[in-house]
Amino acid sequence: MNLTMVQALNQALAQEMARDPRLVVLGEDVGRDGGVFRVTDGLQERFGEGRVLDTPLAESGIIGVSVGMAAFGLRPVAEIQFLGFIYPAMNQILSHVARLRNRTRGRFTAPLVIRTPYGAGVRALEHHSESTEALFCHIPGLTVVVPSSPAEAKGLLIAAIRSEDPVIFLEPTRLYRAEKEDVPDGPYEIALRRARVVREGSDVTAVGWGAMIPSIIKASDEAAGAGISVEVIDLRTLSPFDEETVLASVRKTGRAVVVHEAPKNAGLGAEISAVIAENALLSLEAPVLRVTGQDITPPLPKTEDYYYVGPERVLRGLRQVMEF
Amino acid sequence: MPLIGRFDPFQGARLEVIDPEGRLVNSDLEPPLPDESLKRMYALMVATRWGDQKALNLQRQGRLGTFASSRGHEACQVGSAFPLRPEDWVFPYFRDFGLYQTLGYPLADFYHYWMGHEAGLRTPEGLNLFPFAIPVGSQILHAAGAGLAAKIQGKPVAVLATFGDGATSEGDFHEGLNFAGVFRTPNVFVCYNNQWAISTPRRRQTASETIAQKAAAYGFSGLAVDGNDVLAVFAAAAEALDRARTGGGPTLIEAVTYRLGDHTTADDARKYRPEAEVKDWEARDPIRRFQAYLKQKGLWDEAFENDVRDKAAAAIDKAVAEAEARPAATPEDVFVHTYKDMTPRLRAQLAELRTAREEPGR
Repeated sequence: MNLTMVQALNQALAQEMARDPRLVVLGEDVGRDGGVFRVTDGLQERFGEGRVLDTPLAESGIIGVSVGMAAFGLRPVAEIQFLGFIYPAMNQILSHVARLRNRTRGRFTAPLVIRTPYGAGVRALEHHSESTEALFCHIPGLTVVVPSSPAEAKGLLIAAIRSEDPVIFLEPTRLYRAEKEDVPDGPYEIALRRARVVREGSDVTAVGWGAMIPSIIKASDEAAGAGISVEVIDLRTLSPFDEETVLASVRKTGRAVVVHEAPKNAGLGAEISAVIAENALLSLEAPVLRVTGQDITPPLPKTEDYYYVGPERVLRGLRQVMEF
Repeated sequence: MPLIGRFDPFQGARLEVIDPEGRLVNSDLEPPLPDESLKRMYALMVATRWGDQKALNLQRQGRLGTFASSRGHEACQVGSAFPLRPEDWVFPYFRDFGLYQTLGYPLADFYHYWMGHEAGLRTPEGLNLFPFAIPVGSQILHAAGAGLAAKIQGKPVAVLATFGDGATSEGDFHEGLNFAGVFRTPNVFVCYNNQWAISTPRRRQTASETIAQKAAAYGFSGLAVDGNDVLAVFAAAAEALDRARTGGGPTLIEAVTYRLGDHTTADDARKYRPEAEVKDWEARDPIRRFQAYLKQKGLWDEAFENDVRDKAAAAIDKAVAEAEARPAATPEDVFVHTYKDMTPRLRAQLAELRTAREEPGR
């Protein structure tokens, strides 16, 4: 069926809740209101208030309570309303969620999914546009996942829910309703820790995720017109990321452009570039280039475009590595 | 007549069952415990004190890492844990040796952890004890979450969280008690108000007259008890746990006590608090107080004391020897629990570590 990402995520949650009675959804406005983006729409009506819980407005509380629920045997899927509001919960995420398995040598785990919308491009107010995924990628024990289309979103969310590890599931706000895609009706998993080769190419590898994928595809279409063949990789799982797929591609093409909306400084692009440099230096025809957001606070809507990474900037990057 | 609600924290009321000389304050308040339970409670308090001193000694000898002493908290810890049932859940904090002893946590594991091994924090199967939290107050939310899960599943169990007075300043204290109040979870929150959070006195944590009264803001009851009176802590905890199990919602208990030792072995409390204050509280030692009570009841004599001490010392020495004899974790041990399945990178890092350790001249 043709679905938006919001509808695909909703379907994933509904199907998993029907499959696993331990699954509970909790967060601010997720029940009656169905979430501010409607991702949890209708779930409380269908599964009841004992499984879809409107919580007090308390992010640390939502995550900390989820840890205790998991200890008791439930499988919480927690929603943080926007990534920009997750920071009060960082202590819970870093000090407990990520390390519970290790500090108890596997006796207790926190197999939560923490879902949250993120990223620029929807003309939102302050704190609603940041891409701070690198903060989570730096924490051992967490899995960080970003979908780039409706069908991807459904399969990755189901895999995240079934994972025994805690997953930070970042949903690109810009893609929520940007396009519809044919999404298989039944439940299915898309394996975590596996990147996807979106399209094959021979001249340059472009690595990205989430809302950057449509921009990269558009840029590579234009590059093709100029005779540049781009291999596009959707990382899907940002941490731990699929080094093998990235390296295999770079060894083939000899060039790499890493694209992310987050600021360049200490962004995930730095890690990916370093992995390429450490493992595939002799395959490289040009330095690895990063096309990223600026190292500034994301501007308010009127000047958001100064910050935004669109197809034009990706195309400039592709050209730059080809001309090296 | 229930204790909760009878002692109004806004009036400064505080539950006390035996006075500092061990005399019954009010015979109506005396919990109906069999003699054997009273004697066991005493033995646990003594074993906590002895085990605590042992840990401090080991730390000075370089055989154990930084340690947070429970000295002075024995009544709070044993009294809170004693009325727990096996199906209840517990979310303690780092200063909870008496609670661990009362729940029958393997002593060797306890020492093993403080000697620097994560494996010691692996709770045995079947014991519903979460590993103690070190970031202050964060466990209060875990307890609220377990309480909420129990309520959702309709299980008649209680969930206990313990913490110090410093934790009541943390946001997670507020969020945890707020969740508990909103969802009427089966929680019992016990604050060991020991007057000091490292060097910061209780007055600098809150302008509230009592910690117990804070419960009112969350829509449930609070009760202050004399935290050096094990029977008062027990009576309050037992009633609150029962209430929780039977749908009566959460309770906050403030057990007023004193941290007789330093914050940890890395601290020197003489720098910031007067000797006279410590001496004053030492005179109200919870173990001596309970001993006086037992003596008046004819349950304590020198022979009993010697027996209790001998058994505690033997168990502790055995546990320490067992912990010290355990091999250190292997490189693999510290990698394999990061994720359910190791990542290729973790496998590579482990292999590199192994190779580096095996290189000659390391």
